[in-house]
Amino acid sequence: MPPAISVKNLTKTYASGLVALRDVSLDIAPGEIFALLGPNGAGKTTLISIVCGIVTASGGEVMADGEDVRRNWRATRRKIGLVPQELATDAFETVLSTVTFSRGLFGCPPNAAHIERVLKDLTLWEKRHTQIRELSGGMKRRLMIAKALAHEPSILFLDEPTAGVDVELRRDMWALVRALRENGVTVILTTHYIEEAEEMADRVGVMRKGELILVEEKAALMRKLGKRRLTLCLQEPMAALPPELAQWRLDLAPGGLELGYTFDAHDERTGVPSLLRRLSDLGIAFKDLHTSQSSLEEIFVSLVSERVQEGLPA
Amino acid sequence: MSFTAPRSGGSGFNGHGVLAIYRFEMARAIRTAIQSLVTPVITTSLYFVVFGAAIGSRIDEVGGVSYGAFIVPGLIMLTIFGESISNASFGIYFPKFTGTIYEILSAPVSPFEIVLAYVGAAATKSIVLGLVILATASFFVPIEIAHPLAMVFFLVLISVTFSLFGFIIGIWAKGFEQLQLIPMLIVTPLAFLGGAFYSIDMLPQAWRAVALLNPVVYLISGFRWAFYDTSDVGVAVSLSMTGGFLVLCLALVAWIFRTGYRLKA
Ligand SMILES: Nc1ncnc2c1ncn2[C@@H]1O[C@H](COP(=O)(O)OP(=O)(O)O)[C@@H](O)[C@H]1O
Ligand SMILES: [Mg+2]
Repeated sequence: MPPAISVKNLTKTYASGLVALRDVSLDIAPGEIFALLGPNGAGKTTLISIVCGIVTASGGEVMADGEDVRRNWRATRRKIGLVPQELATDAFETVLSTVTFSRGLFGCPPNAAHIERVLKDLTLWEKRHTQIRELSGGMKRRLMIAKALAHEPSILFLDEPTAGVDVELRRDMWALVRALRENGVTVILTTHYIEEAEEMADRVGVMRKGELILVEEKAALMRKLGKRRLTLCLQEPMAALPPELAQWRLDLAPGGLELGYTFDAHDERTGVPSLLRRLSDLGIAFKDLHTSQSSLEEIFVSLVSERVQEGLPA
Repeated sequence: MSFTAPRSGGSGFNGHGVLAIYRFEMARAIRTAIQSLVTPVITTSLYFVVFGAAIGSRIDEVGGVSYGAFIVPGLIMLTIFGESISNASFGIYFPKFTGTIYEILSAPVSPFEIVLAYVGAAATKSIVLGLVILATASFFVPIEIAHPLAMVFFLVLISVTFSLFGFIIGIWAKGFEQLQLIPMLIVTPLAFLGGAFYSIDMLPQAWRAVALLNPVVYLISGFRWAFYDTSDVGVAVSLSMTGGFLVLCLALVAWIFRTGYRLKA
């Protein structure tokens, strides 16, 4: 089976001269859930927009289901559904009419049963005769998904589906993505949140400044990203690290009041309990402690420096 | 859930897509039916009161036709110019403005199908409106239609052409002001000076030459010929001017889609 999506040497320079994509290549397998992770401006939306035909590429090629999206655009577009990042709806249309519109627009004959199923799955059926302007933000977002599913796509793009969305809706979204996968739909989603990629994706691609700097199985990436940091606020300042603590490779903040320990949350033995025992044996008292996950930015920095060490271009 | 049902149908014309856009546009018109139909009817009636009754009582006949009847084709044309442009330009500008254009751009609809749907809907509205005004006018003045087929042909041709022109304006416009700019600054003046309310034979010789530079003169003249069999310029000239404008608009639209002008980054 050909990849659901295959991107080769894709580049995009906007009319402003801004380079949004630099030589991006990526294959996504049928039925896979792929998360594109990256900070704002990394080029995620640009990549999706080129695949969907909204933005014109400057170079490279894109295949969907083994067919070129420019040469065989009619066939490929029928297979692709897009939920864009921004809420964009026709205020005066009703829920049912706008979803029916989407199905027709994508060249499918009417199918009331399918539309009903989609609206029920997204808990919008009760609202089918309501004008879109009367829907809440969360309902509008679900409606955008319903529109994208109206023509039964086999590949679905979700551009930041949970940005600015409450916890409950986020869980609904995750459940929906899983249900889609069970039906064999390939899902490509973008997000800023590592937890989201962790929750949903099979594989994760990390973008930064127009480059796809890394593509990994989620499990492998989570090991890399799973570094946590324990910070201990000491009662008494410490002049230097005692040799008894050497095995933990701690760092001492200037002023000697904060002790930091970086560990891997996925390890069987994180070293945290033994460290705390040793501290108490040594009579080192602390008044507070907290752990934090590395931020996305820190992870990018560490990923990039890793590549530099490996002699790859950053 | 079943999102991957097998699908039939080849890769040809997307009729469902064209119909979806066409219906969407017509539904928008029906929602605002009061504005889109009642307003022009009232406006037309006012024209008859002012021009037909007040002025017409001082002008007997123009080329053998009573003044009230003489202005009917021109009135219909004025409304069609304005409504075609505003309907079609708004139809395509609004999705750009709200962002819903993403769906059209990512759908399996060709540029030709997009134009067919939007321009087809705008032209349909104009044609209906033209017929409604004609019906309204017939309450005020006796109307004959010498060449009914030609009348319908001109009505359709001009509705399509100006809808196409409006579509181009809608794509070009970056804001609501620009949407009004060309209709207000160019089309309305040209339309009023285009012989809707007078025959250019009534003008002094020098002004007559100037008037003939106005393309609208040819459109109104041709349409009026279909009613009363009299015209300022030859029908063939009218027809070729209208056709020429249509071809020009088609070429512009083709260029827009080939380059992605103001539609795709
Ligand atoms: N239409 C456009 N014209 C010019 N620059 C753009 C356009 N769209 C996006 N950009 C720029 O391209 C870069 C990538 O943007 P985008 O693809 O939206 O990133 P992301 O989705 O990862 O936040 C950004 O610097 C953005 O400002
Ligand atoms: Mg984005």
